[in-house]
Amino acid sequence: MAKSSIKVRAKVKKGTTTVKALISHAMETGMRKNKKTGKNFPAHFIQEVTCSHNGTNVMTADWGTAISKNPYLSFKFNGAKSGDTLKVSWVDNKGESDSAEAKIK
Amino acid sequence: MNNKRRSFIKSSAAAGAFGVAVGAGLIAPRAVLAAWPKAAFEAKEVNAAVQGAFGSSAMAESSDITLKAPEIAENGAVVPITVTSKIPNTESISLLISENPTPLTATFHLGSNTEGFVSTRVKMSKTSDVVAVVKSGDKLFSTKLTVKVTIGGCGG
Repeated sequence: MAKSSIKVRAKVKKGTTTVKALISHAMETGMRKNKKTGKNFPAHFIQEVTCSHNGTNVMTADWGTAISKNPYLSFKFNGAKSGDTLKVSWVDNKGESDSAEAKIK
Repeated sequence: MNNKRRSFIKSSAAAGAFGVAVGAGLIAPRAVLAAWPKAAFEAKEVNAAVQGAFGSSAMAESSDITLKAPEIAENGAVVPITVTSKIPNTESISLLISENPTPLTATFHLGSNTEGFVSTRVKMSKTSDVVAVVKSGDKLFSTKLTVKVTIGGCGG
């Protein structure tokens, strides 16, 4: 498999896990003009990000076009312990998707 | 080989509708997108977007939501925003940027163990109010903050 587009770090401290994820994605809004052709670049952006901890969904995000290029995401949740698996995946408006897993530290 | 089979079972058994959608992602990635509120994301003003996302646009101002954003953003393409909600039973946190062509930026649906905290980076076309909307039970709470943008994040 190609190199994952997602970088995930998760760290547990006093029962609360902080998750930080960086996704590499163009996040094209569909409103930016291609100067060579005069036409707009077609929209290409992540619509849904899901994060699950040991198979249980902890966070689902619906995203619009206004999320920055190469999106960054951080959130916190309770009930995880060190060594658990955290999975992050995304789907974009072209139906492309990717996922990554990380061990919680 | 066993290992692979196990992780496949695990991923397909991931809880809830979204888990199923992700598990099925290999087979039908389009199925996931059905949950994405298209009308809300395409709405051109804040109230219409909130109406589309939650079915109601009645929001109560709340001081229990903390919105952290730079007062002046030099580059509108990357504006870091952090929302912390102290409202009990926070189900979702949405971000709206009122002057963007389509204000609704993101909705984070939080699990039952997830804290009312999200941080991300957004694009802003020009100086605008950033509105955070928190859903708890049937109620919507909001707070807003003005962010000045010196260089817009749209166009190129």
